[in-house]
Amino acid sequence: MDKKEAKRVEIINVALELFATKGFYSTTIPDIAKALNMSVGNLYNYFKSKDILAKEIIKYISHYLGNKLKEINMMPISTKEKTKKIVEVYFETAKNRPHMIDYFLRVYLSNREVFKDGCEGMICVSEFVTEIMIYFEEGVRRGELKNQDFFSAFGLFMGYLGGMVFLKGENILPKELEEYIDDISNNIYRALSAK
Amino acid sequence: MQNRRVKLLWLSAIACNGNAHSFLNYPNLEQFLKDFSFVYHPILESLYSLEDIINKQVECDILLIEGAISPEFKKANTPIINLISKYANIAKKVITIGTCATFGGIFKESGYRFTTGLHFEKEKELFLFSSLKDKTISLSGCPIHPEVLVSTLYAIKEDLELHLDRFLRPKEFYAYTIHSGCTRNEYFEYKIDNHQFGRLEGCMFYEHGCQAPFSHGSCNRILWNGVNSKTRNGEPCHGCTEPDFPKQNLFRTKKNMGVPQFLPLGVSKRAYLTLAGVTKAFKIKRLEEDLF
Repeated sequence: MDKKEAKRVEIINVALELFATKGFYSTTIPDIAKALNMSVGNLYNYFKSKDILAKEIIKYISHYLGNKLKEINMMPISTKEKTKKIVEVYFETAKNRPHMIDYFLRVYLSNREVFKDGCEGMICVSEFVTEIMIYFEEGVRRGELKNQDFFSAFGLFMGYLGGMVFLKGENILPKELEEYIDDISNNIYRALSAK
Repeated sequence: MQNRRVKLLWLSAIACNGNAHSFLNYPNLEQFLKDFSFVYHPILESLYSLEDIINKQVECDILLIEGAISPEFKKANTPIINLISKYANIAKKVITIGTCATFGGIFKESGYRFTTGLHFEKEKELFLFSSLKDKTISLSGCPIHPEVLVSTLYAIKEDLELHLDRFLRPKEFYAYTIHSGCTRNEYFEYKIDNHQFGRLEGCMFYEHGCQAPFSHGSCNRILWNGVNSKTRNGEPCHGCTEPDFPKQNLFRTKKNMGVPQFLPLGVSKRAYLTLAGVTKAFKIKRLEEDLF
């Protein structure tokens, strides 16, 4: 990674943390510049506006999670095992990089007006969604998952995981996320399974 | 064969004669019959009868085989494979006409056992007639387009080199997909099915079973009767040139959790889904409306 790209990634990481914790509208470009110890003018050299930065962040998160899922999709394992691995990756990310998932739930999904131009539909999360589609499609093709409407299955899977991470973020869950991995991946697999 | 009439022997195996009927729609038949003659044809006037070609050995330059082949199938009490061997050995070229003669096609479902094409059973290569491979050209289709047959015959007559694909089909006609030249490509690009049979709007790939993006042929480059094609007219392509024709549920796109089971030829699932995600995010008003 060259120096400029490294700086870009640093800005994305710092900004996503601020947006996720303080909220999109309460965080200003000067706040981000200050946290990075750089001038506002220089920050604008990297991202022309706060909206553009917000869109780049969601693409960055989608790319990060998409790559993790792609690795799982390429593994020669059953759909049941893949299901567990996807749950693990999601909870691991929620634990080790909590702001990524928070950004997705509390900024991207909660401030749709910011993303309407340039992030239409699922364009900005397409790397992640594509891998979920491949996981579903291959599961059906192999006779392991029940064939159904994509969104019925997608909502069940992602709504469940998002909900659990949200509860954790609100300090409502009595146990650590990883302690729920077995039960949750079994529940998801049983709900989606062809049998 | 450039300066004389070429002698054709048209042998019909387990067939519906659909290819023979399709051939009759060739518009320049009069000129064709000046350059070619049928020593035998099952439904056209020809020099010899079926009895003659079984009992004698008549001269022929090109053997045309229509219909699927089974060791059990006989013509006038003579096994079809004996007749094929007899004339294929003296002919300079052998052409399998239609998907049945090439891959087994719909007549694989016939009551005859071991029904196949001449060199292929669906995708699988066969060895019974392997010594004929070097002189065989496959023209798959249900039926074949008369222009494809006639152009191939003229290429042989003029001694032109034909580049063949792995199923021995001339690339001139089969290197393309049926999708190439379809008037509905705009709807395909923006992933709009929105189709009603017989209407001009919408692409039939997404819901209505159209196999054009992954089937080989020239239906939209060489139009039927010079005017139209199935997909232009509003009916899905059924992939009739392909080794696995006919599949089932031909009017419905087989999907796994919303993703088409068969994707455009050579396009990876990741590439397809990424592109689909982008185009589906946009609503193109013009393409949602009726043309007239």
